[in-house]
Amino acid sequence: MALTGIAIFKMLPKTNCKECGFPTCLAFAMALASGKAELAKCPYVSEEAKEQLAEASAPPIRPVKLGPKDAVKTIGGETVMFRHEKTFFNPTLIAGLLTTAMSDAEVSAKLDTFMKMQFERVGLNLRPEMFAIQDVDGDAGKFAALVKKVMEGSDALIMLCSDKPEILKAGAEVAKDRRPILYAATAANADAMGALAKELDLPLVAKADGYDALAELTTKLTGMGLKDLLLDSGARKLKQVFQDNIVFRRAALVPKFRPFGFPVVNCVAEMTNDPMLQTVYAATCIAKYGGIVVLSDLQPDSVFPLLLQRLNIYTDPQKPMIVTQGIYPLNNPDENSLIAVTTNFALTYFIVSGEIEGCKVPTWLLIKDTEGLSVMTAWAAGKFSGDDVGMFVKKSGITEKAKTRSLIIPGYAAAISGDLEEELPDWKILIGPREASHIPAFLKSL
Amino acid sequence: MAFEIPKQTYSGAIRSVTIGKGAKAITLGGETSYPFYLFEGEMANIPKIAMEVWDTDPGEEWADPCKEPFKDVLADPVAWAKKCVNDYGAQALALILVSTDPNGDNAPAEKAAATAKKVLEAVDVPIIVYGTGNVEKDAEVLPAVAEACQGANLVLGPVQDKNYKKIGAACLGYNHSVAANTPIDVNLAKQLNILLGQLGVKDNTILVDPTTGGLGYGMEYTYSVMERDRMAALTQEDEKLQSPIINYMSQEVWKVKECKQTNEEAPQLGDQTKRGILMEAVTAVSLLLAGADLLIMRHPEAVKLANTIISELAS
Repeated sequence: MALTGIAIFKMLPKTNCKECGFPTCLAFAMALASGKAELAKCPYVSEEAKEQLAEASAPPIRPVKLGPKDAVKTIGGETVMFRHEKTFFNPTLIAGLLTTAMSDAEVSAKLDTFMKMQFERVGLNLRPEMFAIQDVDGDAGKFAALVKKVMEGSDALIMLCSDKPEILKAGAEVAKDRRPILYAATAANADAMGALAKELDLPLVAKADGYDALAELTTKLTGMGLKDLLLDSGARKLKQVFQDNIVFRRAALVPKFRPFGFPVVNCVAEMTNDPMLQTVYAATCIAKYGGIVVLSDLQPDSVFPLLLQRLNIYTDPQKPMIVTQGIYPLNNPDENSLIAVTTNFALTYFIVSGEIEGCKVPTWLLIKDTEGLSVMTAWAAGKFSGDDVGMFVKKSGITEKAKTRSLIIPGYAAAISGDLEEELPDWKILIGPREASHIPAFLKSL
Repeated sequence: MAFEIPKQTYSGAIRSVTIGKGAKAITLGGETSYPFYLFEGEMANIPKIAMEVWDTDPGEEWADPCKEPFKDVLADPVAWAKKCVNDYGAQALALILVSTDPNGDNAPAEKAAATAKKVLEAVDVPIIVYGTGNVEKDAEVLPAVAEACQGANLVLGPVQDKNYKKIGAACLGYNHSVAANTPIDVNLAKQLNILLGQLGVKDNTILVDPTTGGLGYGMEYTYSVMERDRMAALTQEDEKLQSPIINYMSQEVWKVKECKQTNEEAPQLGDQTKRGILMEAVTAVSLLLAGADLLIMRHPEAVKLANTIISELAS
């Protein structure tokens, strides 16, 4: 729980010196409590108070930063159980597995597939982002060589996996620019692993079976001064993994149980050899609080559905999803293709573009900025009026791309057709269907 | 000190709704916790999957990977229904009366009702019968189905706020359940349940159909509305939201571009069949975790994967 203004006030010098920019210490304390000021503004606060306040204001689940300085990725840092309560911030990372038992050619092929697996979608680049690199024979030289190959052949984030600290160290030195994760500290090797993570300033996975053992392990590691930890409960059966992910999230958020206030690693690669089943296991972990899911092999037919699911789950529900205003070519339209216009509410865009793409009729889809409102609401709010839409069509540049002068408008905005005809005298206005599902039949009838 | 799981207290439960007749009737709902949170509650009945059957040959509408398992029966809904039950072990069927679409074949209500009756007589599992979502036409078609299949305890839908009186009354008169459909909104879902209640439709014959968005095409809206439904039902004792949830998901999944693109058209997306099955299975898992009690699904392999997840999480 965050501290109240009064609780913070008690820890301040109470001198009302105004050096923080606030008239009184109480005003400063209130601003701190609501996150509008930073403690560093007070030059006289005691070290002890600083520590207490830092502890109280630390996020309940540690945000762990990975990757090179110019492309940092964060996992953890979540603040709610359900996305509609605020949003989920940091999407589950999707990782593939590489081991020192794989041949050079196999590794090359997997790196190549990984680099090509990038999908464009409404201005976003969807892709998996990590490799877990596993030592299987205790050969540090071989391990370092594999890590080097991944560093050279991809831009993947890296998780180094071995139960031997010296092996991890060999890999970490090669991968240090990408801030690799060390996997894993267990009760048996905690001292050495903790010391290594501390020395190299790298995130470390704590792995133990059962809640008590895991809490004990993370408490020990934080006691050694480590902050960037991840959790692996050791469970490899779906039911237990699901429960553990929920328990960790809830314990960290509600009673603020610090030993579980870290992102979670789910190794679905170790749960089954069936790649289809692994994918649905991974989907369970993406929906329910996994920080990283490790699959045994990254193939587009299984990764693509997970990328879409992750996009959906991690979309911020607080803001209407908006598509940029402009011209969207669907099914490779040319100068004789149909032209249609609708609003920039993302759901409208997805449904309309999905229907058009599904029926394969080449179409120029014009998306007009309606501040994220759907057709009926935008029309009612005057953001999809005849004048407005007409001006937009004229300025959109569509006349340079297409010779056709017929404009299809949404059925729910049929009322604007008169004004639109006045605004666009050279155009023929066609009233499309009200429901997107009738678009294919409509387009095919033209 | 040993760690204790911080538990959520639940004050409500999801209502049990039984659909179908005889030995193969199934009961939905009965949860006393969030979906599969079995460490702090119960799932009296595990979620079920109904396999989709169309009353007309889907032809170009369906991607090839979906037609392949049914290629010998696509033109015959009765044979198709039997295949789902006998070959793929379907626990329920969803007969979609696509032929009645006024923008398509516009088949008359009597013809659709006769098909529904034939399918009903051919199998012993519960049947969900869906119209095309056209308010006026569904209000003709579904009451005709209700009458022809009197007493079979079908689920008829989608029942919307503009046609609930006609379809609701028919369900009441001929003993069927309803799938109350609203456009991705908690309050509208509640409102329609209240209206159905005022009509005399009993709470234990109502399923909620929250409208389902496709994977990558708005699925998250459905996901969050279902989670909010469950939260209201289980922790805020909102009785009018304590109905089991049905999702007609397969149509939304398979109609998107990425499911229809063949291996030649989109080599960068991998194998079309595997991808489509996984798009459907991943959607199913997401909806199950959000609170689905009954899913309408299409591909037998996707059904199998979803059933595996259900049985592993609920075991």
